[in-house]
Amino acid sequence: MMRKVKLPKIQKWNKYFTAGLIMTVIALLLAVVGLFWTPYGTTDMSAAERFHAPSLMHPFGTDNFGRDILSRVMKGMGTTIFISTLVVAGSGGAGILIGALTGYFGGILDEAIMRVTDAINGFPSILLALVVISVMGGGRQNLIISLAIVFTPSFVRIVRSEFIRLRDADYIMRARLMGVGRARILFIHILPNIFSTFWVSVMIGFNNAILAESGMSYLGVGVKPPDASLGNMLSDAQGYLMTAPWYALAPGLAIVWVVLGFSLLSEGIRRNG
Amino acid sequence: MKYLAKKIITLIMTLFLVSVAAFVAFQIIPGDVVTSILGTEATPEREEQLREELGLNDPPVKRYVSWVGDVLKGDLGVSYRYSKNMNEMMPVTELIGDKLPVTLWLAAIAVILIIVAAIPLGVFWAKSKSHAMDAFMGVFTQAAMAIPSFFLGIIVTYLFGIVFKVFAPGGYVSYQDNFPGFLGYLFFPALSVAIPKIAMTARFLRNSMLTEMKADYVRTAYSKGCSDRRVMYGHVLRNAMMPVITFLGMIIAEIVAGSIVVEQVFGLPGIGRLLISSISTRDFPVVEILILYITFVVIFVYFLVDILYRVIDPRISNR
Repeated sequence: MMRKVKLPKIQKWNKYFTAGLIMTVIALLLAVVGLFWTPYGTTDMSAAERFHAPSLMHPFGTDNFGRDILSRVMKGMGTTIFISTLVVAGSGGAGILIGALTGYFGGILDEAIMRVTDAINGFPSILLALVVISVMGGGRQNLIISLAIVFTPSFVRIVRSEFIRLRDADYIMRARLMGVGRARILFIHILPNIFSTFWVSVMIGFNNAILAESGMSYLGVGVKPPDASLGNMLSDAQGYLMTAPWYALAPGLAIVWVVLGFSLLSEGIRRNG
Repeated sequence: MKYLAKKIITLIMTLFLVSVAAFVAFQIIPGDVVTSILGTEATPEREEQLREELGLNDPPVKRYVSWVGDVLKGDLGVSYRYSKNMNEMMPVTELIGDKLPVTLWLAAIAVILIIVAAIPLGVFWAKSKSHAMDAFMGVFTQAAMAIPSFFLGIIVTYLFGIVFKVFAPGGYVSYQDNFPGFLGYLFFPALSVAIPKIAMTARFLRNSMLTEMKADYVRTAYSKGCSDRRVMYGHVLRNAMMPVITFLGMIIAEIVAGSIVVEQVFGLPGIGRLLISSISTRDFPVVEILILYITFVVIFVYFLVDILYRVIDPRISNR
């Protein structure tokens, strides 16, 4: 009987895990609700309401166009989480495929791919994404593709080393002797056993993707205004730091919130093993 | 020495691959450079003349070889966007020349800050016996690692620039005019780059020290009568620093990347801002050179760390 694939089991809820879970759930809730409903329209401008400090009407205040910052943070968080999820899904998927093949079969192809991933890994990730963007042009779609390319090598590395560890395990030998096909060995016998390791790297990757996405949008090569993204809100807000410091605080803290929640969550999972 | 030779060959190979990749990447970009410089209204003769001038009529391999040859000779080509005046094109060398020191100093100060702050912090943390202290440091470093450097830069600008008025945001002083003033202005940007890395390094050092404290040699040192202080600094810290050095080498790339973003926050005229403006104006000769340059810096630092590691710990086999 094959064991069912399960996420790492939490035996005991530790503080890290609890705190991380609460923060992540709040963030996800805000982002999901933001997809369907926000307190105010995210692009509703109002000259009379420019730069209102945080109040009951506008918990995070309003920006230079009189737009409600809370609504825009909710939308922006959705954008950032959506993009990061796609990036991690894309690079994680590619990482599994390439890592499994190179790790299991080895050989010259493995050697060549490892050299390339080594080179990419050593390179500042945001810089590489900038290069890819400069070749393909900016915008949301290209941002996702370029970040996915940039993050793939780190997944390849982890998956590959796990496949190397398991490819000579007794139960794989046995499966091979029984005449199980290669694809089946790769994806049904080995893959489920690397998920606990893979899961941790997915969470780290997700955090890095959030930081990279907001960084790119901050630099003006990612999500472009008027679409709200936490990064481009920050870059707008920076110009009004003197008059409206709360404008910068809200999107910035939103990024910190998501990243911190996720890293506490993964720390909690790691500690429980 | 055989090891050193091998490393140098790898270094050159990597640079070669990156240069080919950079060259090829910018060949396949859609859009004609000549039209983008001259506009659509230029006469075909003028277009042809410029094409010849830029060497765009040659086959790709020949262009690559001549490009690399020129770069090695110190001629980095000309920018498509910036020009000195109507008739003269702007050499990339001049464009990059006075921006390089800004980024390099920024990264250097950040590295110094990381080392100066992270080592005492990590040692203090590893030694702290109280549970509350341990928990506080844990939460503090987790939070510091979650803050992106550009948001940290904005917080620093607000706190130290607007509330406490310790420095004037946007009041950048060129290093040619006033070097101490320049370093002073770079302190806060460097701090923004450094804080998350300080947290990471302190965490790493602490874990490494806790592992080392369980080692047999620590018990031996105590039993032969070494003082606490001597065991800590003479034995444990020295051994615990080994992985930390590797770690510092590994995050150099991130420090450089962090500097590029933070330049944008503080309005520093470094190569990061040049890179981003060149990317948005599609000034490819400049982008190519900057990529090569940054790659070179990063690879070279890895190389140095590798050598340093072997010098400090001769036990590592020179294979």
